[in-house]
Amino acid sequence: MARLIRTEKEVEGRYTEQWVVVDEDEAVDQWPAGPLETVGQRVPRVDGYERARGQALFTADVVLPGMLHAAVLRSPYARARVKHLDLSRAREADWVLGAIGPDDCHVLTLEPGFHGAPVAAVAATSPRRTREALDLIDVEWEELEPLLDPEEAVRRNELHEEPRRYERGDIDAAFAQADVVVEAEYRTQTVLHNALETHQSVCRWEGDTLEVYISTQFIWGVRDDIAEALDLPPDRIRVICNYMGGGFGAKNGAHDQTFIAIALASQTGRPVRCALTRREENLATGNRNSTIQRLRAGARSDGTLIALEGEFVNAVGWKGWSGPTYGPMEMLYACENVRTLTYGAKLNLPPNAAFRAPGFVEGTFGLECLLDELAGRLEIDPLDLRTRNHADNDLVDGRPYSSKNLLECYRRAEPHWARRDEVRARSEGPWRRGVGLASQIWYGGGGPPSYAWVRIGSDGRATVITAMQDIGTGTRTAMAQIAAEELGLPLERVRVSLGDSARGPYASISAGSSTTPSMGPAVRSAAADAARQIIEIAAQRYHLEERVLSLQDGKVVSADGGSWPLEEVTGLLEDAQILGKGARGPNPTGMRVLTFGIQVADVAVDVETGEVRVERIAAIHDVGRVINPLGAQSQVEGGIIQGVGHTLSEERLVDPRTGVILTQSLDAYKLPTIADVPEIVVELLDIPDEHLTNIGSKGLGEPPIVPTAAAIVNAIRDATGADVRELPVDRETMLRALDEARQKEAQRGAPAAV
Amino acid sequence: MIELRVNGGTYEVEAPVEQTLAETLRGDLGLTGTKVACGEGHCGACTVQLDGVPVLSCITLVHTVGEREVTTIEGLREHPLVDAFVRADALQCGFCTPGQIVSAAALAESEPELTPERIRHAMAGNLCRCGTYPRIEEALLTWRD
Repeated sequence: MARLIRTEKEVEGRYTEQWVVVDEDEAVDQWPAGPLETVGQRVPRVDGYERARGQALFTADVVLPGMLHAAVLRSPYARARVKHLDLSRAREADWVLGAIGPDDCHVLTLEPGFHGAPVAAVAATSPRRTREALDLIDVEWEELEPLLDPEEAVRRNELHEEPRRYERGDIDAAFAQADVVVEAEYRTQTVLHNALETHQSVCRWEGDTLEVYISTQFIWGVRDDIAEALDLPPDRIRVICNYMGGGFGAKNGAHDQTFIAIALASQTGRPVRCALTRREENLATGNRNSTIQRLRAGARSDGTLIALEGEFVNAVGWKGWSGPTYGPMEMLYACENVRTLTYGAKLNLPPNAAFRAPGFVEGTFGLECLLDELAGRLEIDPLDLRTRNHADNDLVDGRPYSSKNLLECYRRAEPHWARRDEVRARSEGPWRRGVGLASQIWYGGGGPPSYAWVRIGSDGRATVITAMQDIGTGTRTAMAQIAAEELGLPLERVRVSLGDSARGPYASISAGSSTTPSMGPAVRSAAADAARQIIEIAAQRYHLEERVLSLQDGKVVSADGGSWPLEEVTGLLEDAQILGKGARGPNPTGMRVLTFGIQVADVAVDVETGEVRVERIAAIHDVGRVINPLGAQSQVEGGIIQGVGHTLSEERLVDPRTGVILTQSLDAYKLPTIADVPEIVVELLDIPDEHLTNIGSKGLGEPPIVPTAAAIVNAIRDATGADVRELPVDRETMLRALDEARQKEAQRGAPAAV
Repeated sequence: MIELRVNGGTYEVEAPVEQTLAETLRGDLGLTGTKVACGEGHCGACTVQLDGVPVLSCITLVHTVGEREVTTIEGLREHPLVDAFVRADALQCGFCTPGQIVSAAALAESEPELTPERIRHAMAGNLCRCGTYPRIEEALLTWRD
């Protein structure tokens, strides 16, 4: 029987209450902890060969008969008014097949608020011809004064929402009682996602149904966005994404390119591809916004944190959302007196978008650097300071954690932390070495609604069917492992069919570290349903009781020693198939589901040139049960490498006078290369969360990027004595921090450390 | 009309002078394993080999290829490096992977004794935003095993 429940759902730290229907099925107990037959084993990804051999078809590879290509006219100004827009020359040219302006498509505008805002679009038979067609659009701009400074926006009250205020305890009294108070301003830069497949969609009408091929993290979100914006019945929209080339948070909805392709497909009656160039990608598809964080911490001389205060300015851009930069300060430590104030500045800069643990990456940088400055003043070991202020319960609303093994992470960090004397001793010449650490807190519990089916044919093979997407995280593989485990099948007899809203049930977004904890339980429940049916059939066929039968090694096995190949049992059905259905149950009520961890970084700093090299990072995370340790290791390494880029090299640069974006190409915008990668040591606790679902797994995509910047910057302080308070730590920033450290030492009359 | 030698076959293609090798491979020959991620020679996703030498097909004009043999990922599908990449989990989203493997194969064929330093030098032109670099290094160090 279908069961209607009211439950809390969280994505990227945003909680909503919603009704969901879950199937009333027999409860499936969690598996015992530790590696099982397939779950918990290091498994190469099941779609590895398709991807490695270039056989996987991405949205970039979709070609439909008669397909046209779109190109978009974008604002060259950060703020402007289009005084005159004339598409007639484009419409008259016989080789231009479509031309649209703001009257034809709601994402186009005559009042662009950022460099790269879409104004008009054309369609022709090839990408090259279409770009030439942009020259046939007559447009007259009136350039307007842009607002670019987030502090100025706060002063002028140009905000996306009311300032967010949070307070617990008595913060002023706590600061008055503190033995030590540290205060500092931290700044983080704007970072661009730069998934290698740019934002793109191919749209066509098939009768009254709209088909949308799109590089997306959320098939169903695309469907809902289109249905709402164009007032279409959702069932008349089919969204397809079989393989996609990375998202990192920037591909959670339909996005402008989809609406442009739809409008041109409607106008021309032909399929239309709208694929952004790399330069458009770096203008108009989102970013991790820059932040300014003015932070203060107060502690007793024994290291007890008694007061934390932060004022955060998120430079959101023209559109977007003000992320939880305050989150770590409110959630990470057992501090009873906390006050935060957060502004989301509206600026004439490209809109932000969620980017791998949005807000928490930035907020953890500020908070965890501040903690180390505090540890220095208190003369307390930074790891001891964190252990001492460990939170046993969530202090925001008093709820217990569904599981928390952060202290065990700290304990496992000790050997890495203990290396610091040896690392420092390897300093030589201008190269100073040091070690730093930082803690991690983030969401990652997933939630309903998420559904899956498992189909078993007469050949004894299983197919997991669900309309989710694998954005490169290894979701296909993890789902196949879960189904194989439950069905007692070898992995090669399980396939996963995903990526099509018309061919499978509703499935979770691939964001917020929620895919495995949302989809895994639904897949297990569907496999358990199919397994139960097989056992019922076998019991009747072989005149045995169901309770003595189980599925193992591709066989139906009876407690008295009998065994029958699965295909013998399912073969009775000839071409009929067994269909198991499964739903994700609710999260445990009254509990906070979060992920935890710590990273320890070794760095080397050339104090003459300001060059920083990250030499080693040890990452210890608590994310519940690990389904595939091989894929999990890759996820952690990937998060850390993005974190290294965030810390040292990546920065979107803007002309401070005009608001024009300067770093549009991958030549100007410095992503990490293979030469920049440190030694990475990954340790996952792999302790199932006993309160969370039938698999006990949390998400893993985001936790590894959260503490990396702070760990590196704390290591820089350990190596040089310099307080770096802004990202990225390029040479100029590093040399300036070293200079300030020297001046401070000179004022104190002490000999300079460097 | 030009003659193009690709993966052991010979093709006749018509192309305007400004057409790139990547456009020809993907658009005219349907060899979509070669990906274009930046279109301006900065990321390495479009890497193919010309007579065994890795080049960026998105900034190589097809008319300049001449008689050189073009090898794309489709011509390397049975190369043991493909196995090594999958075993080492040297791919996540997979969009950069064909280019990585084409570069890696050129490196592995030309230098039998690979070191991490050589791999890091030779592979630095192939960007991977998912961050599979440590696994790529492992694949290149273990592919003969």
